[in-house]
Formats: sequence, structure tokens, C-alpha cells
Amino acid sequence: MFSDLPLLSLIIWLPIIGGLVVLAAGKNDVLVRWLALIFSILTFVASLPLYTGFDNGTYQMQFAEQMPWVATFNINYSLGIDGISMPLILLTSFTTVLVIIASWEVIQNKVSQYMAAFLIMEGLMIGVFAALDAVLFYVFWEFMLVPMFLIIGIWGGQRRVYAAIKFFLYTFLGSVLLLVAVLYLYFQSDSFSILDFHDLRIGMTAQVLLFFAFLIAFAVKVPMWPVHTWLPDAHVEAPTGGSVILAAIMLKLGAYGFVRFILPIVPDASHELDWLVIVMSLVAVVYIALVALVQEDMKKLIAYSSISHMGFVTLGFFLVFSIFDNTNSVAGAALGLEGALVQMISHGFVSGAMFLCVGVMYDRLHSRNISDYGGVANTMPVFATLMVLFAMANAGLPGTSGFVGEFMVILSAFKANFWIALLASTTLVLGAAYTLWMVKRVIFGPVGNQNVAALQDLNGREALVLGTLAVLVLLLGVYPAPLVEVMHASVGHLLEQAVSSKL
Amino acid sequence: MSNMNFDMPNFALALPEIFVLCMACVVLLADLFVGERNRVVTYLMSQATLVGAAILTVGLHTGETQMTFGGSFISDTMGDVLKVFIYLVTAVVFLYSREYLRVRQLFTGEYFVLGLFGVLGMMVMVSAHSFLTIYLGLELLSLSLYAMVALQRDSIGATEAAMKYFVLGSLASGMLLYGMSMFYGVTGSLDITEVGAYLAQSHDKNIVLAFGVVFVVVGLAFKLGAVPFHMWVPDVYHGAPTSVTLYIGTAPKIAAFAMVMRLLVEGLGDLHMQWQGMLIMLAIASMAVGNIIAIAQSNIKRMLAYSTIAHVGFLLLGILTGTENGYSSSMFYILVYALMGLGGFGMVILLSRAGFEADRLEDFKGLNQRSPWFAFIMLILMISMAGIPVSVGFWAKLAVLQALIRADMTWLAVVAVLFSVIGAYYYLRIVKLMYFDKPEDTSPIQPALDMRVAMSANGLAVFALGVYPSALTALCVAALK
Repeated sequence: MFSDLPLLSLIIWLPIIGGLVVLAAGKNDVLVRWLALIFSILTFVASLPLYTGFDNGTYQMQFAEQMPWVATFNINYSLGIDGISMPLILLTSFTTVLVIIASWEVIQNKVSQYMAAFLIMEGLMIGVFAALDAVLFYVFWEFMLVPMFLIIGIWGGQRRVYAAIKFFLYTFLGSVLLLVAVLYLYFQSDSFSILDFHDLRIGMTAQVLLFFAFLIAFAVKVPMWPVHTWLPDAHVEAPTGGSVILAAIMLKLGAYGFVRFILPIVPDASHELDWLVIVMSLVAVVYIALVALVQEDMKKLIAYSSISHMGFVTLGFFLVFSIFDNTNSVAGAALGLEGALVQMISHGFVSGAMFLCVGVMYDRLHSRNISDYGGVANTMPVFATLMVLFAMANAGLPGTSGFVGEFMVILSAFKANFWIALLASTTLVLGAAYTLWMVKRVIFGPVGNQNVAALQDLNGREALVLGTLAVLVLLLGVYPAPLVEVMHASVGHLLEQAVSSKL
Repeated sequence: MSNMNFDMPNFALALPEIFVLCMACVVLLADLFVGERNRVVTYLMSQATLVGAAILTVGLHTGETQMTFGGSFISDTMGDVLKVFIYLVTAVVFLYSREYLRVRQLFTGEYFVLGLFGVLGMMVMVSAHSFLTIYLGLELLSLSLYAMVALQRDSIGATEAAMKYFVLGSLASGMLLYGMSMFYGVTGSLDITEVGAYLAQSHDKNIVLAFGVVFVVVGLAFKLGAVPFHMWVPDVYHGAPTSVTLYIGTAPKIAAFAMVMRLLVEGLGDLHMQWQGMLIMLAIASMAVGNIIAIAQSNIKRMLAYSTIAHVGFLLLGILTGTENGYSSSMFYILVYALMGLGGFGMVILLSRAGFEADRLEDFKGLNQRSPWFAFIMLILMISMAGIPVSVGFWAKLAVLQALIRADMTWLAVVAVLFSVIGAYYYLRIVKLMYFDKPEDTSPIQPALDMRVAMSANGLAVFALGVYPSALTALCVAALK
């Protein structure tokens, strides 16, 4: 029924056009909010058939579209999704709806530009996940920085300018190397199609150089230690909506780059240098978790926790090689990869929810400092319940979505190397420590001060947003099968590519 | 009388040049008779001249390469394409300048007449196929430009800039001429075709040739404003009235590209190995100095001057590959640059008013609150100059980078992108000033209707070509076939 419709183009361009309409609507804030909401909901609804119409049985690209774009350089407008990108697109279209509802009356300044920036960014992010042409990918990837730059810079906090420019330059530095790498592959294959890159044979030296170019580009975006320093600044200064999008989706773009570019295009270099990524991931998991422990600012704490959790994702990707060496089969390796992908989705929900929770408190007290709170549960019981639930998910409690991915990755880590698994497992302790300690200081105990005593509990809008996320976190925690099923075929194919030599 | 072997040159090929020459004289005379109040007639006649020249150039275009005037004048597709862009860019320059000049009592016939003679000079440079014709065109352009910079007689800054420009420009012309004379000495010809033929078959590595290349490259680098021969650029851009800066910064760059193509590629193509190394050094130095020093500027005209230097570095990258792919990429780059330069300087003009130049960076503060639309246009221009998609500036960089990688100079591509990251900083600073800061000056922005429309079209063209660059890239490839 939907096969004739260019569905991917629709969900890329609908929000972008929506953004322009919202901009044109201008000064009428009420109209702007409703228009933005309608466009985001329409996009979300339009993205649902991607799931219902998805064929789990194949790793081939589905819903594919192709048109010539720049004939001189053989660049095509080609789109398509597989089991890896499809859930991420749904995550994007879903999160945008929440962000727009969450910003409803919080943003009072330049509302139309704010809403338009989020809608345009939604289209661009979906574009990144759906692009099958490397230049198209790059265009979406890079242009996305502009709305995010404006969001942080216009609606951000005290040091917003510093954070916005740091965010931009850091990611720009990474992506220009991606551009050079892509152009080199174009020179080798005379095509910009990512799928053609997958089949290209490349020598080892070239693979290693490409590996580093890609690694810098994607590691900055993930972000991995030691190129993570832009993230805490960007998160702290960004408005709540910006933080949510940043944590829930933008970080996933970096991880998505790993599976779309690094593993299939330069498998031999990845195999050779997997220790590097594993070390970087473990440092993120352990050291960054310790850094999170000492934060005074809630947003900063969650930002560091995001880095730590994303370390799990990259760890899961690169465990593949040692598992394959140990067991000589790809079957065992699939668990780690799928765990990492589940972790991506779960982290999208959980970190988004955590930032929204901080946003709820910030809107009331205009402070993000842990010490300004205490005993919030006494005045905001509903909120406290939800926040504790998300904190548990962040700590990886069984029954929540946070547990599923981490557990799968740790399980597969044991197949790779005991010590890696041991270090990775510390996250269960450290994650619980920094999250629960924060919750204890903010939510529980006696009422901290006058301001906290005067707090109002969630209004209907906030409850709707956080409630929806809570349901999803639990659902994914108890029954992750629908998510894992769609990935199976694609993950299997990715593993084949990752372990077969291209030399 | 039987030894009449003097062939009548084919004047038809040079009809656009002849037309512009005649019209420039007519405009000069007509301007004497229209009074101060009807000066707009001069302006309209100048615009009509450019339109007429464009019609002639397009109408006479055959797609074949033809020579006339004893081989010293060439008519080919590259020339025609570049000329049409020169007319277009100049027409927009005139349009942007009209109101700016009027409020400053500079709205005189001289600006337009000199502008038209400059166009003629550029046309000659584009079509020149002998060392002398190149020099002729170059000097005609340069002399017009020197005079235009000095147009604002009572401004000390402008006079100083004109003086510097004149002295350094003459020095550069001298260098170029000296280099050409060396080639004449060795090859015995001033004709580019013959010089090229001589170099293709001779195998002796004459030291004079090496010196000749050095002097020619130095001369070209001066005119392009490549480091270390860039000192005049910021001073002239800063000192000249903005409408003149707009003119200097755009159309002559296209002509300079043509000159490089005619001299280095068509004439000295066989000495590619000799000039490639020099261009690599010039390119890296230009990108480094241009991008880094631009950060320290507080005047937007100076900042854009350094940004031009950096762009010239990028332009040279395409040429130095020595491949057709690289030349067409550079051609694409320079056309795109002219479009962006028009927008950038045009915006400075748009924000200025009587007694206020709007050329400091602070003058852009809070533009988003004063005029969201023009802030958006400037945003597009800035991301385009920084080379961020979706803007045509990105495609220009992509074209040059892919040519470099194809020529097996990936390391140079990496150097280039790293400098463009540094460059992104100062373009972003403009965005920051416009969007993140509060306006200090809240006077309304009320440009004339034609300015408003043209500026919007300029910005949207940068965006539209960014979304669909295919036509322009294909045109550049076809032009160099």
C-alpha cells in the first residue's frame, strides 16, 4: 500500500517544509506552536509505515529511492533503510514530537525560529539515517550543525556562545576529514554510493588512513573519550529541547556512522585497530563515569553519563572482532552488536527523559545545581516517581530498557575477554552510584529550602511527555523482541561484512 | 600591390569588446549632458551596455575555438562563459552601488565609465592569446581600478589605498612583463600558441625559462592576492568605498582566473612541473595567512579581504593539479566565489546609510532582531563561504578537493580542509553577532526596492545552487572541454 509512495522523502521533507511554514507564520506564537506540533505529529505518523511495512527477512535496503542529483560527480539522491537505521528514524520522529510539546510554554522568545529549527533539524537527522549516497549523507550530516548551533546560541544559558562555537568547530573538524575520506573512496570507486563503498577492495595502508579519518569524524560526534569535551558544555548551555535532541539522537548519528561506514568499508583496519576503540570505550565507561560522580550540575552529570553509556555502544561494535577470533563464528558476535544497537535506542529514551526531568525542575527554580534541591519528592510526588524510574533505567536496572543493551554487551564481552567484561561491568556499579546519589540528593530527604517547598507538581503537558517515555522505557525493558527482530537480518549481514577481508 | 598578405582580422569575434568600448565612450559623453538630477540615465545606460554585451556574447557563441587578430585574440567557450559572468556580476555591482554612491555624493558618471572600461579590460584578459594582449587587458583593468579606489577624493583612507594599490600593482605588472620578456627571449614569440608549441617540443632546460616562470607566477600571485604578495588586498579593500571594494572583490577575480588559465595552462602548460610547486606553496600560505589573520579583524571589509586571500588559496589548489578536472573545478570555484563576494560586500552596503558605513563587525550585532530576513540571507552567505552544505560554497570546495584527490594529492586536501575549519570560526562569528547578540543600533533597515530584491535573489541563488549545483558544474566542465 505504501510501496509506491516515496515515504522516506516524505518524512525528510515534511518537517523541513513544516519548518519553513512555521517561520513564515512569524509572530503568532500560538499558531506557531500548533503548526509545529501538527507537522511533527504528521511526520511521526508518516514514519510509522516504515515499521509496519518493514520486511524483517532481508538485509537489503528497503523503501529505496534513487534520482540523479549532480551528474558531473555521479552524485545521486538515493535513500533506503535497513534494520539498523529504521528504528533510529522512528526514534527521531518520535523524540521531536516530545521536544515540541516539552517546549510548549517554556520558550517565549522567538518561538517560530525555535520550532522551525527543531523541525528542520528533524528532517536533516532523518536524512542522515536514510541517505545511501555519501555526499547526500554528508550534506545532511553537516547542515544539521547549523540549526543546532543556533539553538544553543540563541536559547542557551550563560556561556551559550562559547558552547555553541565549541560544538560547531569540534564537529566540523571531524566531519571535514570524513569528507576527504569519502572523496578518496569516490576516486577509487567512481561512485558515491555507500553500498558501492562496501564492496570496494582497499589496501591496508589506505584502510588504516580511512579508518582514522572516519574514527575522528564519528568519535567526535559520539562522543568518545578523549574528544568528548564539547558535549558537557553543549548540554549544559543548550535549552532543554536542544539537550534532548543532542543526547537522544545526535549522539546516535556518530554511532550510526560506525556501523554504516567503518565496519563494512574498512573491516581489516577495524580488525587490526579494534583494541584502540575498545580502550577508548572502556576509558569512557569507567573514567567518565567517575567524572560524572563528582558533578555538581545535574545537566553536566547526565551529559557525562551519556558519554559513559555511549562508550558501551562503541564497545559492543568493536568486540565483534575478538569474539570472532575466539569462536570463529559470527553467531556469538551478533549479541554484542545487537546489544549496542538496543543500547542506542534505549539511551535515546532514557537520556532524553533525564534531560526533560532536569528541564522540569529548571523551569521552576532556574537552577541546575544539585545543592539547590533536596526533598523534591515531598512536593512533587508524581514527578519524583517518574524521575526515579528513569534514574533506575539509567543505572541499568533489570526491567527497564537500560538493562537490556548493557546486559547483552557485557554478556558478549565475556566471550571476548574476561578483563574487558570486568571493566565494562563496573558500569553497573558506577552508573548506579552517580545516578542514584544524584536522585538521593535531589529527590529524597527533607525539603531542602523554601523554593523547593513551593514547587508545583507536573502539569498535564509535562506528565504526558514523561509518562509516554516511562511507558516506552518499561516496554522495551520487558519486551525488547520487536526491536531486536527488525535488526537481525541487517546485523547478520553487517557481521559478514565486518569479518570478511577486503585486502 | 600584389603582396597584400595582410589578412583582414575577423572583427565579428571581438564584437562584444567593440560594443563595450563604444558604449563606454557614449556613456562618458552622455554623462556630460545629463544633469546631476538625471544621473540615473548614466546608470541605466551602463546597465544596458552590459545587457547588450551579454546578448552579443551569447548570440555570437559558436562553441568552436576561433582565433583572430593574428592569433592574439581567442574566442572559445571558456571565454564566453566567463565573460557572461563578468557582465552579470558587474551589473549586480552597479545595482548595489547606486544608492550607496548617491547618498555619499559619489554618484558620478566616472564610476560607471571606469567600471565599463574595467569590464572591457577584463574581457580582453579573458580573450587574450598573446602576452601583449594579456598585458593590455590587465593594465586597462588595473588603471580603471586605481582610479575607482581614489574616487572619493576627500577621504584620506581611500587616497592612501589608491596610492598603495597603484604602486604595488605597477610593481606586479612589471614583474609579469619581465617574466614575459624572458619567454620572448627564449621562444622568440609573444603568441601563447607559439610559446606553447615551442615548449612542447624543446627539451633543453633553459634556466631563463625557469626564471620566466618565477616572474610570471609572482605577477599573477600579486594580481590574485595570494600570500606572500597579498599586502595590498586588506588595505585596498578597507580603504576603498564599499561599492568599489565590491567591484574589485568580484568580477576582476574571474578575469584573473582567465589570465592564469591562458598564461600558465595554455601557454606554459609544459612547464607544469615547474609552476606546480610554486602554486602549492602559494596556496598553502594563502589559506594559512588568510584564514588565521581574518580571525583578528574587527572590520568586516578587512575580514572579507583576508577571506578572499584564503579563497584564492583554494582556487590555486584546483589549478595546480594540472588536470582538466582541476581547471573546471577552479572555474566553478571562482564563479561561486564571485557570487558569494557580491553577497558579502552587498550586505555591508545594504546595512550602511548616510554617514554610517556598517563596516565594523559590531554593526552586525542583533541583525536577526532588526531584520530576520536579511540576517537569514547573511547566514546563507556565511555558511557558504565557510563551505558548509547546503550552500554552493560547499560544492565549490568539494569540486576542488575531489580534483586534488584524483591528482593523488590527498595530503594537500587534508591541509585545505583543516584550514577551512579555522576559517569557519570567523564566519561563525558573524552568525553569532547576528543571532546571539542584542542590537546596539536599532535604526530601521530600509534599502531601496531593487537592492532588497537583488540582495534576496543573491542569497537565495547561493542557497538554490547549493541544493541543485548540477547545471553550473556541468557548464564549467563543458567550458573547458
